[in-house]
Amino acid sequence: MSSIVIQLLNGLASASALFLVAAGLSLIFGVTRIVNFAHGSLYMLGIYCAYSLIGAFGVTAWSFWGGIVAAALAVGVFAALVEIALLRRIYRVPELFQLLATFALTLVVKDLALWFWGAEDLLGPRAPGLRGSVEILGSPFPEYDLVLIAIGPLLMGALWLLLNRTRWGTLVRAATQDRDMVAALGINQAWLFTAVFALGAALAALGGALEIPRQPAQLSLDIAAISDAFVVVVVGGMGSIPGAFLAALLIGEIKALCVAAGLSKLTLVVEFIVMAIVLVLRPQGLLGKPWETLRSAGSDVEALRPYGRASSAEAIVAVLILAALPLATTGYTLVLAIDIFVFALFAASLHFILGPGGMVSFGHAAYLGLGAYGAGLLLVKAGWPMEAALFAAPLAAAAGAALFGWFCVRLSGVYLAMLTLAFAQIAWSVAYQWDSVTGGSNGLVGVWPAGWLFSRTALYLLTLALCAGAIWLMRRALSAPFGYALRAGRDSPLRADAIGIDVRHVQWVAFTAAGAAAGLAGGLYAFSKGSISPDSTMAISRSVDALVMVLLGGVQTLSGPVIGAAAFTWLQDEIARNTDYWRACLGGTILAVVLLFPRGIAGALQARFGSKEDAA
Amino acid sequence: MMKAGREAFVSGVVLAVASALAQPAAAQEPIKLGELNSYKAFASFLEPYRKGWELALEEVNAAGGALGRRIEIVSRDDNGNPGDAVRVAEELLTREKVSFIMGTFPSNVGLAVADFAKQRKVLFLASEPLTDKIVWDNGNRYTFRLNASTYMQTAMLVPDAARLKKKRWAIVYPNYEYGQSATRAFKELLKKAQPDVEFVAEQATPLGKIDAGAVVQALADAKPDAIFSSLFAGDLARFVREGNTRGLFKGREVFNLLAGWPEYLDPMKDEAPEGWYVTGYPWYGITTTEHRRFLEAYQMRWNDYPRAGSVVGYATVIAAAAAIRKAGSLDSEKLVEAMKGLKVDTPFGGIVFRALDHQSTMGSYVGRTGVKDAKGVMRSWKYADGAEYLPLDAEVRKLRPAE
Repeated sequence: MSSIVIQLLNGLASASALFLVAAGLSLIFGVTRIVNFAHGSLYMLGIYCAYSLIGAFGVTAWSFWGGIVAAALAVGVFAALVEIALLRRIYRVPELFQLLATFALTLVVKDLALWFWGAEDLLGPRAPGLRGSVEILGSPFPEYDLVLIAIGPLLMGALWLLLNRTRWGTLVRAATQDRDMVAALGINQAWLFTAVFALGAALAALGGALEIPRQPAQLSLDIAAISDAFVVVVVGGMGSIPGAFLAALLIGEIKALCVAAGLSKLTLVVEFIVMAIVLVLRPQGLLGKPWETLRSAGSDVEALRPYGRASSAEAIVAVLILAALPLATTGYTLVLAIDIFVFALFAASLHFILGPGGMVSFGHAAYLGLGAYGAGLLLVKAGWPMEAALFAAPLAAAAGAALFGWFCVRLSGVYLAMLTLAFAQIAWSVAYQWDSVTGGSNGLVGVWPAGWLFSRTALYLLTLALCAGAIWLMRRALSAPFGYALRAGRDSPLRADAIGIDVRHVQWVAFTAAGAAAGLAGGLYAFSKGSISPDSTMAISRSVDALVMVLLGGVQTLSGPVIGAAAFTWLQDEIARNTDYWRACLGGTILAVVLLFPRGIAGALQARFGSKEDAA
Repeated sequence: MMKAGREAFVSGVVLAVASALAQPAAAQEPIKLGELNSYKAFASFLEPYRKGWELALEEVNAAGGALGRRIEIVSRDDNGNPGDAVRVAEELLTREKVSFIMGTFPSNVGLAVADFAKQRKVLFLASEPLTDKIVWDNGNRYTFRLNASTYMQTAMLVPDAARLKKKRWAIVYPNYEYGQSATRAFKELLKKAQPDVEFVAEQATPLGKIDAGAVVQALADAKPDAIFSSLFAGDLARFVREGNTRGLFKGREVFNLLAGWPEYLDPMKDEAPEGWYVTGYPWYGITTTEHRRFLEAYQMRWNDYPRAGSVVGYATVIAAAAAIRKAGSLDSEKLVEAMKGLKVDTPFGGIVFRALDHQSTMGSYVGRTGVKDAKGVMRSWKYADGAEYLPLDAEVRKLRPAE
C-alpha cells in the first residue's frame, strides 16, 4: 500500500513539469493557432540555460532559483524575438504553414545547442537545501519532488488569475475565441501574439529548468518533450489550462502505476493509448469545450479545376524525361531519385487527405510502415515472392488506414491530427515490441527485391512507374466526382451533407485510399533499402518529414507535395554531405523558403507563372 | 594462418609487380574509404570517436599509408536512421567510389548496413554497434565487428556477479535491442553459474525517457539483493541520482554495463556511484606502452582526454589500414579474406578478428566505480580480453547462418 502512495507521489512530481510545458503549448495554440513544433526545443533551451546560469554563479539557493527564473525569462525573450522576426510575417498564410517554420526552428536550435554546449550530457546541480529525502510511509522520498508537486498547482493558480483577473488575460481569452473580433475592437494583435508566445515559451523553459536536479541537459530532450506536451494538451482539451493540468496528472500517474505494476514496457506508448481512448470517447479532450471548427487548411484557397491539357502534357513529359534518366547515368543519382519518388508518393498521399480532404495527419508514417512491414513480413517470414509481397503492401496499409481512419474521420482539426498520431505511435510500439514477428527495434533485414530488379535501373524504372501511376490515380480521383465531394466536405460539411453527401464516408474512403498509396510507398521503400525498422518507417519523425514536404511544396497545389518531397530529400542529402552542422543549414534553408515563398515552392511558382489549373 | 600468410605473400608479389608497372601518377591517388555514423543523433559518443579516427588516419598516412598510397576517409552522417544509412552507404560506394565502408552506432543501423554490404558484396567494418546479431544470427561474409559485443560485455561482469552469491536480482534496462540482449544474456549466464538465482523485478524503460523516480521505487519494493542495469547516458545519470536520493543502492550490489565509459561516467561528476561493478575505460590508469603512446598522441592532437569512443574510432582505422596491407589489394573478396584472423594492435593491446564469426577479440576494462577529486573513476580494474568471454565455437557456429 505504502509503495502505491509513493508511486502516486512520483506521478504528481512528473506531472508538474509536464503541465508547465503543456500549458505553454496550449496557450500559444489557443491564441495564435500556431502548432508550435519548436516547443520542445524551448523546453530543452530552458534546461541548458538554467545549467549555465546556475553554474556561472556557484550553486547557492539564490543562484539556483534565480537561475531557473532567469532561464525562463531568457528563453521568453528569445521566443519573443523569434515571433517578431519570423512568425509575425506568416500569420496570414494558410494555417499549418507555421508548423513548417517551427519545425525548421527545432533544427536550428538543436545545432545551436550542440555548438554552444557541446555533445556531452550536462547534469545540473541538486537544489541547495533540498538535496536529501524525507521519510514517507517508510520510504525515502526526494524533498525536491515535494517542491515540484507544490509548484504545479501554484503555477496553475497563477495562470488562472492572470487569464481571468487581468485585462491582459481577458484579451487573451477573447483572442482565443475570436481573434478577428479582438482586432476589430482596436486591440493591437501583434503585441498580444508576441506576449502570448513569449509567455508560453517561458513556461516551457521553466518546466525544463525546474527539471534541472532530475534530468541532465541533453540534445534529445526536444523531441522527447514535444510529443508528451502535445498529448497532454490534447487529452486535456486544447486551450484549457485546467484541462492540461488534469491531463498531466492523469498521464503522470498512469505511467508511475505502470512501472509499479511491472508493466514498464507499456510506458513506451501508454500516453498515446490514453490519448486515443480520450479522443474516441470525448473528442474535445477532458475539459475542452466543443471547439468551433478550425478554419481548415483550404479555406482561403481557390477552387480546383480539372486539369487542362497543358498541365497533363507537362506531367507526361516530366515522367518521360525521368524515364530516360538511366540513359544518362546509372550512378548515385538513381539511388537518390528512387528515394525522391518514394517520398513524393508518400507526401502526395498525405496531401490527398490534407489538402483537398482538409484532414491533417500527424501520423501518416503509420501507413508507410504498415506497407513496409506488410511487404517485408510476407517476403521474409511467409516466403512470398517479392512481386506478390509488394502488391500486398498497399493492401496491408489500406486495412490499417480503414481501421484507424474510421475513428479519425469522426474528429476534425488538431484533434483528428492527434488521433492519427496516437494510432501511429501505437502501431510503432507494436512493431518495436513484438520481437518474434517484427524483429523489434532492429526490424527486418534481407528485404531485397527479386533478381530481375537487382539492377538499379530496373528498380528505378519500376519505382518511377508505380509512383507516377499512383500519383496519377490520386489526381484522377480528385478531379472525379469523388474529389468534388471530398472538397465539399472540407469547405462546408453542413452544405455537403444537405446535398446528400455522406461526408464521413467520403473522408473515410479518402483516408483509406491515402493509406494504400502510402503503403505502396512503404513497400517500395523497404525493397529499395533491403531492411526496415520501426524508426526508419513509423517514427514520428517520418510523419513530420511528410508534413514538411507537403508544406514546403505548397498545400494548395497538386504538384506541391512532389516538388516538396524532391526539394526536401535532395536538400537533406546535399547539405548533410557538405557540412557538419547540416541540421542548422537545412533549418535555415527551410526558414528562407518560409519567408520568401509563404505559399510553398509550388505555390510561388504558380503565383509567378500563373497556371491556375493546378490549384487545389 | 599459414594460408593467410601465403596469400599475403602472393598478393604482395602481385602488388609489387603491379606497382612497378603502374603509372607514378596513379600510385599517388589515395585509397578512399567510406565512413558513416550517427554523428548528430549520438554526439556524446561519436564526437570523441571522430577525433579518434582522425588521429589514426594521420598516423597511418604519416607512416606511408597502405599499398604505397595515402588513405582518405569520406565521412557521412547517417541521421541515426537505417533507411538513410543505406542511401549514404550507396552514395559512398557509387559516387565516392570508396573501397569499403565502416562505422555505424545504433544496432538497427548497423544491421541494415551489414545486410546492404552482403547484398553489394563489399566489406563492412562495423565499429560500434553492440548487437550480437550482427555477427551471429544475421552474420554475413562481408561484415566484421570491432567493439566487444553486448554479450561479451555482459559476460565480463558475470563472474563477479556469481561470486557474490546474491540470490534476489532486479534488472533495469533500456527497452530496445541492446538492453534486451544484455538482460537475456545476463539471466542466462548467471543462471548457469548460480542455479538458485531469482530475478525478482524487471524494468524496461523507454530509451532516453526513464521515469527514474517510479523505476527506483519499483525496484526498491522488490527488495532485491543486487541489481543489474544496462542503462547508459542520460537514463543512467537520472537513475543514479534518484537511486542515491531514495537510498536504493544502500546495502545492494549494482552491476552496470558501460557505466565506466568516460562518456557516461564523467557527466555525473562527484555523484558518480560508489562501488558499482562496471565495464568501462579507465584511460587515466592504463600503463601499457600501447595505451600510453595513444594517450600522449591523442592529448597532443586534441588537447582533450580520450573517451571509449576515441579508442573505437582509432582502432577502426588502424584495423582498416591493416586489412588493406594484408590483402595487398582493394578487392572486396581479398579484403574479406584478409579480415579473417587479422591481427591489429590497438590501444587496448593486440586483437584478432575471428575467422569463425568475424567478431574481434577487443576487450573492455572491468572494475568498480568510485569518486576521486569530485570525479567518477574506475578502481581496481583489470582488462578483460574479449577472446575469453565468447561462447564455445560450436555454439557460435549454431548461431551463425551458413555462408
